[in-house]
Amino acid sequence: MRVLIPSALRSYTGAQAWVEADGATLADLLVDLDQQYPGIRFRMIDEQQRIRRHIRVFCAGQQLPSIDAPLDGSDEVLIVQALSGG
Amino acid sequence: MTMDDGAGNAGPRVLLVATRKGAWIFHEVGAGQGWRADGPHFLGHVISHLVLDPRDGRTLLAAARTGHLGPTVFRSTDGGRHWQEAERPPAFRPEPGAAGRAVDHVFWLTAAHGVEPDVWYAGTSPQGLFRSEDGGRRWAPFSSLNDDADFRRWMGTAQDGTPDGPKLHSIIIDPRDPRHLYCAMSGGGVHESRDGGASFSPLLDGLDVVEGFDRADPTFHDPHCIRLCPGNPDRLYQQNHCGIYRLDRPSGRWRRIGESMPAEVGDIGFPMVVHPRDDRCAWVFPMDASSVWPRTSPGGRPAVYRTRDGGDSWQRLDGGLPGAQAWWTVKRQAMCADDQDPVGLYFGTTSGELWASDDEGGSWSCIARHLPEIYAVESGRREAGGD
Repeated sequence: MRVLIPSALRSYTGAQAWVEADGATLADLLVDLDQQYPGIRFRMIDEQQRIRRHIRVFCAGQQLPSIDAPLDGSDEVLIVQALSGG
Repeated sequence: MTMDDGAGNAGPRVLLVATRKGAWIFHEVGAGQGWRADGPHFLGHVISHLVLDPRDGRTLLAAARTGHLGPTVFRSTDGGRHWQEAERPPAFRPEPGAAGRAVDHVFWLTAAHGVEPDVWYAGTSPQGLFRSEDGGRRWAPFSSLNDDADFRRWMGTAQDGTPDGPKLHSIIIDPRDPRHLYCAMSGGGVHESRDGGASFSPLLDGLDVVEGFDRADPTFHDPHCIRLCPGNPDRLYQQNHCGIYRLDRPSGRWRRIGESMPAEVGDIGFPMVVHPRDDRCAWVFPMDASSVWPRTSPGGRPAVYRTRDGGDSWQRLDGGLPGAQAWWTVKRQAMCADDQDPVGLYFGTTSGELWASDDEGGSWSCIARHLPEIYAVESGRREAGGD
């Protein structure tokens, strides 16, 4: 499926905004992403397997609450930076 | 860190400046000819600490995060031209349930003893101690401190910590014994290990706490910065939330030497700097800790204070610094000394100015303005012959 990478993480993807990755759940998808782009997962997911505070992941128009969330055969996942900072 | 921590690198001096929005390296142009700015590195990243390995004068480590992303450590072996991210950044052990802690940012980096050339220590927010044995590429939780029930209680919660989050800092290795370590937690007190970090014990005797709290409980202790004297490793100085202290080992009792500071200035601040050779000489940068703790220079008149007699007396050093309406201050990692004779001193301000003195604080000049808020300033010396 296509995955939108936020600008803050495109240093891992060679500046690509959209990449291809697969997984039945968000956790699976992140494993695939991390294999392709080592280190990218930990910047989004902490060591207790929680989505970091300022990262949001959307699939089929819905925000995913945790990495266990199924991707339900969707063909697109959007990873975005929450509006924050100053 | 002072440059005396290392193997005596004899190359040119550098200043390593970590800020809220990136890092800069200032290279000595020539004796008395100023500094050349190299940066920004990691523009937009929060850099808590940037250090040059004093053992090789070549390896740089940077503690980084951004507003949106998790923490990591970057490493360079070519003076900052190229950086590689740690394969395994510092992270706590997984814990079931909602109480599991996650590293918010790596706050402090310390190169280990010279007999352990690839070993580094890291202190984090929330309080955690980590170690790398491969030059900073892979990090693992270190010692029992992170998971010990007493230490976890003493660490408190994020709500108990400093405004940017509770921190483990001031990781110190005895230059005579790599198994003898100190570290400090804000909050959570000062701790010592004599078994290579396998275990730590509180070192709190003589330290004050906020009125009404139990000074025997590490929970209520807030050391801001601790330094060991390179010229006498049995002497440590400490800037604490409740004063300035000195400890002379083997005694375990801190003595409050800040009571000899001028009453109108007080003895509260964040940085603590020690002379690389003379254990009687140290510097502090007091801040306004009255009422709501403005954390500004007292009266808007910034000044360094120096002792040359182990804290029995202090001299105000403000030559060249603004005389009025300067409301910045200096964070705990943002002031350091070099190994020159006379000693060069440096500090970075919360308003993004970098100041230097080449006469042990007697006079100051501003060598950079308009940087982001400065979190840390370290001096180092690159390897001789390095480009």
